[in-house]
Amino acid sequence: MVGLEKPPLPKQVYIPLSQHTGKACIPEVRPGESVVTGQRIAGIQAAIWAPVHASLSGKVTAVQDWPHPVLGRAKAIVIESNGEDRVAEDKRKREPEEVNKLTSEEIRNLVFSAGIVGMGGASFPTHIKLNPPKPVDTLIINGAECEPYLMSDYRLMVEKTGEIIKGIELITKCLGVKRVIVAIEENKPEAIKNFNYELRITCLAGRQANYELRILKSQYPQGGEKQLIKNLLKKEVPRGKLPFDVGVVVHNVATCFAIYEAVYLNKPLYERIVTVTGSCVLNSKVLLVRIGTPIKELIAFCGLKEEPAKIILGGPMMGIAQFTDEVPVIKSTTGIILFNQKEARIYEEGSCIRCGACIRECPVGLMPCLINLATERGLWQKAKDYGALDCIECGLCSFACPAKRRLVQSIRRAKLELGK
Amino acid sequence: MKRKLIVSSSPHLHKDESVIKIMWMVVVSLIPAGAVGVFVFGLYAFWIIILGIITAVFTEGLIEILTKRKVTILDGSAVLTGLLLAYNLPPRVPLWLPIVGSFFAIAIGKQVFGGLGQNIFNPALVGRIFLMASWPKYMTAFTKPFDTVTSATPLALLKEAKFIEQITYLDLFLGKRGGCIGEVCIFSLLLGALFLLLRGYISWHIPIPYILTVGLFAYIFGGKTLFSGDWLFHILSGGLILGAFFMATDYVTSPLTAKGQVIFGIGCGIITSVIRLWGGYPEGVSYAILMMNAVTPIIDRYTKTRIYGTRCAK
Repeated sequence: MVGLEKPPLPKQVYIPLSQHTGKACIPEVRPGESVVTGQRIAGIQAAIWAPVHASLSGKVTAVQDWPHPVLGRAKAIVIESNGEDRVAEDKRKREPEEVNKLTSEEIRNLVFSAGIVGMGGASFPTHIKLNPPKPVDTLIINGAECEPYLMSDYRLMVEKTGEIIKGIELITKCLGVKRVIVAIEENKPEAIKNFNYELRITCLAGRQANYELRILKSQYPQGGEKQLIKNLLKKEVPRGKLPFDVGVVVHNVATCFAIYEAVYLNKPLYERIVTVTGSCVLNSKVLLVRIGTPIKELIAFCGLKEEPAKIILGGPMMGIAQFTDEVPVIKSTTGIILFNQKEARIYEEGSCIRCGACIRECPVGLMPCLINLATERGLWQKAKDYGALDCIECGLCSFACPAKRRLVQSIRRAKLELGK
Repeated sequence: MKRKLIVSSSPHLHKDESVIKIMWMVVVSLIPAGAVGVFVFGLYAFWIIILGIITAVFTEGLIEILTKRKVTILDGSAVLTGLLLAYNLPPRVPLWLPIVGSFFAIAIGKQVFGGLGQNIFNPALVGRIFLMASWPKYMTAFTKPFDTVTSATPLALLKEAKFIEQITYLDLFLGKRGGCIGEVCIFSLLLGALFLLLRGYISWHIPIPYILTVGLFAYIFGGKTLFSGDWLFHILSGGLILGAFFMATDYVTSPLTAKGQVIFGIGCGIITSVIRLWGGYPEGVSYAILMMNAVTPIIDRYTKTRIYGTRCAK
C-alpha cells in the first residue's frame, strides 16, 4: 500500500460555503481581502452549522457560483495563493498538560471553531454530536471504511494511530463514556496491528475508559452507523431515532484525527485525506489535500492512463458522479474514483423478474423491488408503507439486480416526493 | 477534459449478473434430464422438445412485433418455457401438440399479462393444463421405456390400484419408467438442480419443503393403514422433482421472501398429495403449482421482511 503523500499546493482554491449538514455559511471576507491559512472566512447564526476556513494564505479574488460535489453548483470563496502558506500567529500548539486541563465545554468549542464535521461522508457538525441530549454509555469509533476502492481511513489509521487515539480520548472526555469500541475491518491488518499496540500503551497509561478493539468481517455496508451498532452491539436503533437513543455515539476515525488536530495543533479543518484511484489513474494515491483544491489538479498529480468516462466523488457504491473535474475537494470528500468507458457503461433497465436478490441483499430489511414498482406508478404512500424512508441508499439492491433496475434511484425519487 | 462525463445515480458498480444469464443457466441445467428422456423414449421425443422451443420463441417474437414492443426472444425465457412445456408432455404425442401448447403458454400464459415478469401463472404449466383439458387422450397416453407400446405411468397404475410391475426405486431414479419426457430421470434432474443451488440461482426454500411435504403425506396416508405409505415411491415418481426444482421455483410466479417460499412449497406439497391420494388424477404437480401461483400475492403480503429498527411482528 502506498503512503500518505502531499501534492503541491494549489494556485487557487474554491471553498464552498456549504460543506456540512445544516445551513450554508455567509462569507466573512470580501474580494480583495488578504487571508492566512486556517483563518475563518465564513459563518452564520443557526442551530446546525460549522464554520469554514481558508485553506491557503493569499487573496480572496471572488465569491461566486462554482461546481459543488454534492449540490451541483453553489457559492464558493475563491482564494488565490501567495505561495507562502502562512498560518495565523495566534495559532500555537497546545502542550499535553494544557490539553488535559481543558473542560468538555472548552473541547466542544475548539471542535466547533475548527469547523469539524463528520468526515466519513455524512458531514454532520461534530460539536453537536459531542453534546448528546441524553447520556450515552458507548462510543464507537468507525474504522470500517467498507466501500471498495477507498483507502483514506486505512492509511490514516496506519500512519496516525497515536493521534487518532488522542482524538478519541478527547471525545471520551466530552461524552463521559466508559466504553470505547474501535471497529476495524479485517482487511486492514496493518491498522489492526498498530491499534492493538497503541491501545495497549494507552491502557497501561491508566486512562479511565475501557477500550475494546473489535475486528469486523469485511462486509459492505458496515460503515453505516446503524449497521455498525447492530453488528457490534447486537441492538438496533429504533426507526426514526438516532444512535444516542440507544446510548451510543459513532465517530469516524478521520473525525477523531481532525479533533486531535484542532485541540493539540490548534489547526482548523482545512485539510483532509483523499484517495485518488480507479482504472484510469496511473498511480493510485492517498493524498493529504487542502479543502477547495479542484480535483483536476489531484488527478493530474496522480497521472492518467486513459481519459475517464466517469468521475465519482466518494466510494463507488454511494459516491456522486461529477459533471466536471473543476469541482473542489470539500470536508466530506473521501475519494476520487475515475472509471473508464466500460466501467461507466449505463445498462438498459430490464423487467423485474421477482428474483428477490434485492431483498436478500438489503441490510435494512426492505423489499426494494416493491418500492420500485410503487414508485413507477407514482404510488408514493405505498412506497412509504414499504419503507422507502428507511432506505440508507447503500446501493446493494441495484448492485445485485440482474435486470439492472434503478432501485436506489427510484427510492430516492420516492423520498423526494414524500418530503414535499 | 475533452469528452463529456457520464453522470448517473449511485451505485456505480454492478454485479456481473443478468436475467439472460440466469435464464440460460436454467436451460443448461435442464439439458441432462432431456437427454435422458430422448435416450429412453427415442428421437421422436427430441422433435417434440425442439418444436416446443421453436414455437415458444416464435410466438414471443411475433406478439412483441405485433404489439410494437422490444423483441426479447434471446433472453432465454421463451426458450425455457418451450422447453419446460415439452418436458411435461408424454413422449408420443402428435407433433402439433407441442406447437399448440407452446403457443398457448406464451400467448395466454405470459404475453397477455405484459410479458416477462408480469404473469401470474407459470406459463409452461398454463400450456400444459390447456392441453390436458383439450386433448386428454394424448396427454395421458404414455409409453414403456425403450418401446413404443402404450403403458400407464407408475402413479396411474397406483391410482387404478393395479399391480405395479417390477419397478424398482433404481428404475425410478434413473428414468426407466413411463412418464413425461423430462420428468423421468430423477438423477439428471437432481444434477441440474444441484448446479442451480450451488450457483445460487434457486434456493432450497421451495423445493425441499415441497418434496418433504409430499413424502410426509404419502407416508401417513399413502398406505393401507396410517403411517405405512411408500413415501420414497411418491417422491421419485411423477413430475414432483421436475416441478419442485424447476417450475415451483420460477421467480416470477413464486413468493419473494424465504418465509413465503417455504409456505409456498408446503402448500404445493399438500395440494399435490391431496390430488394424488384422493383426487381424480394420478398426478397433481401442475395443478398444485398453479394454485399456489394464484395465492402468491397473498403470501407476499403476509410475509414481508422486517425493517431495521422496527419491532418484530411476532
